[in-house]
Amino acid sequence: MTIQFHDETFRDDYTFHNSPEGIRRFPFPFDADSYMYSVNLEPHAGGKAGSPFEKRFDVDEHYVAEMRDRAITLTEDPLRCQSLPHMELAGWDFLELVMVSKSEDYPELFTLNRDGDRWHWINRPLGIEQRFTFLDATTLPCGPMEYITRQTQGDHALLDQRDGNLWMDAGMVTSQADWSLDFDIGMNFFEWHAPVPKAHEMGVFQRALKFLLNLQQGAPVRRLNWTMTVNPRLDTSPENYHKWGPEKRTVAADNVGAKQYLRVELQTLWRLPRSNAIAFPIRCYLCSLEDIVTVPKWGRRLHRVLRDLPNELAEYKGFAVNRPTIVDYLAAFDDGAPTSPGIFPD
Amino acid sequence: MTSRMLRVSAIEALSPLVSRFRFEDPEGALLPLFSGGAHVVVEMPDAGVLRRNAYSLISDPMDGSGYEIAVRREDGGRGGSKFLHTQVAEGDLMRISAPVNLFSLDLRAKKHVMIAGGIGITPFLAQLKQLARLQMPFELHYAARSRAEAAGLALLPASPQVHVHISEEGNRMDLGAILGSQPLGTHVYTCGPEGLIEAVAETGARFGWPRTALHSEVFMAPPPGAPFEVTLATSGKVVTVGAHQSLLEALEAAQVEVQWMCRGGACGRCETGVKSCHGTIEHHDHWLSDDEHARQTKIMPCVSRFKGETLVLDL
Ligand code: HEM
Ligand code: FES
Repeated sequence: MTIQFHDETFRDDYTFHNSPEGIRRFPFPFDADSYMYSVNLEPHAGGKAGSPFEKRFDVDEHYVAEMRDRAITLTEDPLRCQSLPHMELAGWDFLELVMVSKSEDYPELFTLNRDGDRWHWINRPLGIEQRFTFLDATTLPCGPMEYITRQTQGDHALLDQRDGNLWMDAGMVTSQADWSLDFDIGMNFFEWHAPVPKAHEMGVFQRALKFLLNLQQGAPVRRLNWTMTVNPRLDTSPENYHKWGPEKRTVAADNVGAKQYLRVELQTLWRLPRSNAIAFPIRCYLCSLEDIVTVPKWGRRLHRVLRDLPNELAEYKGFAVNRPTIVDYLAAFDDGAPTSPGIFPD
Repeated sequence: MTSRMLRVSAIEALSPLVSRFRFEDPEGALLPLFSGGAHVVVEMPDAGVLRRNAYSLISDPMDGSGYEIAVRREDGGRGGSKFLHTQVAEGDLMRISAPVNLFSLDLRAKKHVMIAGGIGITPFLAQLKQLARLQMPFELHYAARSRAEAAGLALLPASPQVHVHISEEGNRMDLGAILGSQPLGTHVYTCGPEGLIEAVAETGARFGWPRTALHSEVFMAPPPGAPFEVTLATSGKVVTVGAHQSLLEALEAAQVEVQWMCRGGACGRCETGVKSCHGTIEHHDHWLSDDEHARQTKIMPCVSRFKGETLVLDL
């Protein structure tokens, strides 16, 4: 299978689009007709062929355009990428993980040759070829985390583990659902999760943290998270709220299907070898409502989930203002028929 | 816990009581690298008892060609170390877990001070190699009763930052002097007898050290792995759970459908009702509350086990 990389934008004229196969492989996040927070962690050990769960780091038709969008955001705001000095080793660990995984999983796109510490990396889709010395940052154009995350879809946080907690001490964050690395850097697991409603009282974070502290090398886990975004915009950051916040007001009954996107994050968690840190890639997938409803099961289910979602969650996720318009639109695609279990199309 | 079978490729006596064991992949594959302070759990099938002991890795964390541990023979204590010394020979295959680190260096430290008592030197041997590679300032103090007992001597680099204190030679370790003269931002790591760990904590408190700058080694209790049986209420079927299996894996092997997700005791998916329990459920999950654990009416088969006469599950 060769991937046709799209020439598309995630800002201004918003030419982003999913191909029909892109829609079919969209990681629809609801396995039932209702939703509430839970410790939804499962082993990240492959998945259905062609799905975004199959490979360790999914590469899809948006790869090249997403990397271009990241570069624009970084030029405007270099603080989207930060690494506290003690996290450089974790950066190398993560660079190795990505290069090894991608060159094994997509040999036609990526090649890694290693001769001891002398490495040779070829990234064909982005036209990059780099020789460097592993663990010697002076041989790369930038730090190891920045280097590899400029070539890897999704945001990334690197968590240091100490004192029985995880600390967000490094990250590359340009496609986030309204949170800020510059604000969260140096915070621990409970601190950066403080704004989330309900989940603390439910014990979700306390259990999840205990589980993550015991995360083992070679046994990564994953979870899905979701929100709603108006227009296919990756950079929905607090820093740029003035650019995308007002766009919420442009949603109306006649354009909601095209303008309103379901935004799904495939989050994976990896224990890193030399640093004992945890890598947390947050991979963002976008799909418009009109594309979602081409899968009848998804149309029915999304209608029910959004209709019945507790208000606190709709407020927190920032789509409460448009919920009536969205639910009205989706109602037309819900005939009340039962839906099958699981997230995949029938 | 993920694990693999490795071959014992070398055994070497470091002192009358301490030996070094080296493990390599039987096919010569590279093993996962690790961070200084990590340990592995070594499984020992000892006359019908499955022993699992945790040992710090002492080899270079950046060298995947093998794992090395140093084991002190404790005739009176846990049987595992005696087993290693008396029953294990070069060429044997043993099951070794993936490395886990509960004693990692705080890489923010401006300087690392390591204090070892006796066999407590082991985690520092790997950390020294890591620190050398990262070119970070450090100081190591190694206390032992006598030179003959100081097995670590053979493994320590000769360096002005390495200080050996042999009490028999009147060269006792002076914690006040060590902790009193460190630059701001130093972190201290202690591994050894409980008394030493307490003494460092007390001295640190006296000098006003922040608690988070003082670290000491705690091994995670290795999960017990005795085989046991459960009965399924609906079919009356009896399922045997082997030593290397979780209850969840045994149920799956017996084609009993149980939901699961994390397989680590956190998500709650595999929660299973208990019809009756004559014995003790060994709860290892983070899902059920302390109360629920005490009531013994629920079990998380992905991590928890059972010891006793009968356990009947709502399945
Ligand atoms: C260790 C890696 C993780 C990082 C770096 C991380 C980071 C974040 C951040 C930055 C937010 C946004 C908070 C805000 O509003 O400012 C968030 C939200 C959230 N996180 Fe995490 N998280 C991690 C792991 C987890 C895990 C393991 C779980 C649960 C099992 C979890 C559950 C949630 C939930 C439920 C939300 C609210 C999301 C929403 O409703 O849109 N997180 N996380
Ligand atoms: S599978 Fe998650 S608690 Fe057992």
